[in-house]
Amino acid sequence: MNKRLEVKKTYKMYIGGAFPRSESERYYSLKDKNGNQIANICRASRKDFRNSVVAARKAQSGWASRTAYNRSQILYRIAEMMEGRASQLAEELVLEGLSSKKAVEEVNEAIDRVVYFAGWCDKFQQIFSTVNPVAGSYFNFSVPKPTGVVSVIMPEKSSLLGLLQLILPAIAGGNSVIVLLPQNNPLAGLTFAEILHTSDMPGGVINILSGFREELLEQFASHMDVNAVIYGGSDTESLKLIQEQASKNVKHVVVETSNNFFDESFKNPYCILDLQEIKTTWHPVGI
Amino acid sequence: MNVTDQQKRYTLDFGTGWAYDPAPESTDHISLKKKYGHFINGKFVEPAEGNYFETINPATEEKLADIAVGSKADVDAAVKAARKAYDKVWSKMPASERGRYIYRIARMIQERAREFAVIESMDGGKPIRESRDVDVPLAAAHFFYYAGWADKLNYAFPGRTPAPLGVAGQIIPWNFPLLMAAWKIAPALATGNTVVLKPAETTPLTCLKLAEIMQEAGLPDGVVNFVTGAGDTGAAIVNHQDINKIAFTGSTAVGKLIQRSIAGSGKKLTLELGGKAANIIFEDAPLDQAVEGIVNGIFFNQGHVCCAGSRLFVQEGVADAVHQKLTDRLETLIVGDPLDKNTDIGAINSKEQLDRINSYIEIGLNEGAAITQSSCSIPSKGYFCRPTLLQNVSQASRVVQEEIFGPVLTIQTFRTPDEVLEKANNTPYGLSGGVWTDKGSKIFRMTSGIDAGVLWANTFNKFDPTSPFGGYKESGMGREGGLHGLLPYLKI
Repeated sequence: MNKRLEVKKTYKMYIGGAFPRSESERYYSLKDKNGNQIANICRASRKDFRNSVVAARKAQSGWASRTAYNRSQILYRIAEMMEGRASQLAEELVLEGLSSKKAVEEVNEAIDRVVYFAGWCDKFQQIFSTVNPVAGSYFNFSVPKPTGVVSVIMPEKSSLLGLLQLILPAIAGGNSVIVLLPQNNPLAGLTFAEILHTSDMPGGVINILSGFREELLEQFASHMDVNAVIYGGSDTESLKLIQEQASKNVKHVVVETSNNFFDESFKNPYCILDLQEIKTTWHPVGI
Repeated sequence: MNVTDQQKRYTLDFGTGWAYDPAPESTDHISLKKKYGHFINGKFVEPAEGNYFETINPATEEKLADIAVGSKADVDAAVKAARKAYDKVWSKMPASERGRYIYRIARMIQERAREFAVIESMDGGKPIRESRDVDVPLAAAHFFYYAGWADKLNYAFPGRTPAPLGVAGQIIPWNFPLLMAAWKIAPALATGNTVVLKPAETTPLTCLKLAEIMQEAGLPDGVVNFVTGAGDTGAAIVNHQDINKIAFTGSTAVGKLIQRSIAGSGKKLTLELGGKAANIIFEDAPLDQAVEGIVNGIFFNQGHVCCAGSRLFVQEGVADAVHQKLTDRLETLIVGDPLDKNTDIGAINSKEQLDRINSYIEIGLNEGAAITQSSCSIPSKGYFCRPTLLQNVSQASRVVQEEIFGPVLTIQTFRTPDEVLEKANNTPYGLSGGVWTDKGSKIFRMTSGIDAGVLWANTFNKFDPTSPFGGYKESGMGREGGLHGLLPYLKI
């Protein structure tokens, strides 16, 4: 019997809940370490990024106005969907160069990380809110609110766990994101988009692009309708460029230099707070 | 309510029988030196390059004192003093002791409150009633509040062990000189940092008087340093290699410049920048209270307030009534001598700012705005501006989009809550906002919908040390005040 000719997968990007190729129709070819073709990967253009920002802005207020309970359930649903496709994710991590053991470890930890942040969705507000005892007859309270649209530049390593660690604090906090995947390790991230698509996550809340970091870095940091940028990496020149560009509309810049996303220290709510605005409300007390 | 009928029912006469006798605050207990150097390492020192500039009273245009121009060398000396104090003294000291120094400062401000209030009004032009009842008491309260945090930081951020950053470089504006110094210094010291602060060039005096308090309180040398000067001095602080943290309050344009300058330096940043707050009046609002809130929102401190309610939105059904009440109220506002206790609106802080405000009024008129100004007389000397309303403006008008920072209110109308939310959020700013309605659910719908850091419902322009302050979007990053105000000065 002949060996069955496998159906090869076309990897596409994820923008506004749809799976387009780059509007520029550019691609780059991803090869394994022996030089064999794995797949053609979309090479996102600046226009793709701008389209993603439009989608992210449109989706953000709806996502933020869902109940925290609902956001929590949707994040948990992502974990459920990942569990079902764990072996595919692991195979893709192997294609990206991990050993099978490491790949399985990363997938498991990634799923657990989703469950961890699913739990924070309806709790971090209680940690970071205050009722303020002002010296006067007013009721005054402060609550965290999402900062808005967040662009995320991923580091080259830890393509699945790193992806989740960088986007989940933003998402749990009611923001929407546009992520640029690691240039040489985009497979698991692109499959993750398919998982999102079956997880009740509204389109546009998480947008996933593949492409060349060098080409898109400046745009990710300078776009006037993005409120915060997360930079995963430790290249000082890139960081300087990002922080300079971010000043154009006073963006928050969050920097993550670590490559070891397994570290327990990542499990905390303060990374959610990094992408929140504290809103304080006053009202007189009287009759 | 039919406004024309109402107008027929009464005529308000403010021209006769309403004169107030002058009630000037005395200045004979104020001692100011002719010349002030920088305050570095616990001592007043001559500027390295020997240059001075004048600080004047904007209500009289008379010189109050000569003030040192800070050069790079001065800033460097201040940073060295602050670094040494941080390494050798302040970071080693038990936190409770640190707190007790801050308590002392709070108390001494209270003891010398009137002196500070008078100097604040002389140097900056704000009415004595405001400096006496708002600026100085709040400054003392700020130190008092943060003093108590010094030895309780481990309770502020669950699961974390907070640590100070090191030397903080702080740059403050001229609209609330002493209060902004308190907002900056108190949390920095409570969290264990040392400070190099530059007051605004037009209002350095209360800061330099605060330096006297630092001496009298026995604060260790170098923990707080003041370097005076203008933009170049500020730039020397921002770009200094040995500063760990920059905190700036001022214009959005300068804030962006600072953020750009420190890119890649690893310095932590807090920015409190401009605003263009919407103050929204619904048909079911208590209108008389709302009118008082509108007046307080835009004319408090001559409108030199980043969180001023400078864009008024009135629901159509009450637009005429509100405008009539507001126009009547405008006539009763007393514009004049900041040191007179009856004065509601004092002097504009500087000639430069007055020119800026007048140019915006001109821009508004050219854009087709209809103008209503109080008919009050204003002093012939000094920098004064009549309270001003601009109607017939649109979202696209520059006077609606840009911060004027003066007693100029734009008035727009709206029909639905969704419409006004859209308009309210349609600026690059997001510092504050106001809502007036008797309906509780509507209040929360609006306050949660406005993208701004501080929302006042059925009140406006209230401040408290326990209440975090700061903006969304191009109004800045980080918060000052309250528990959240500790975070910008800590590694957690």
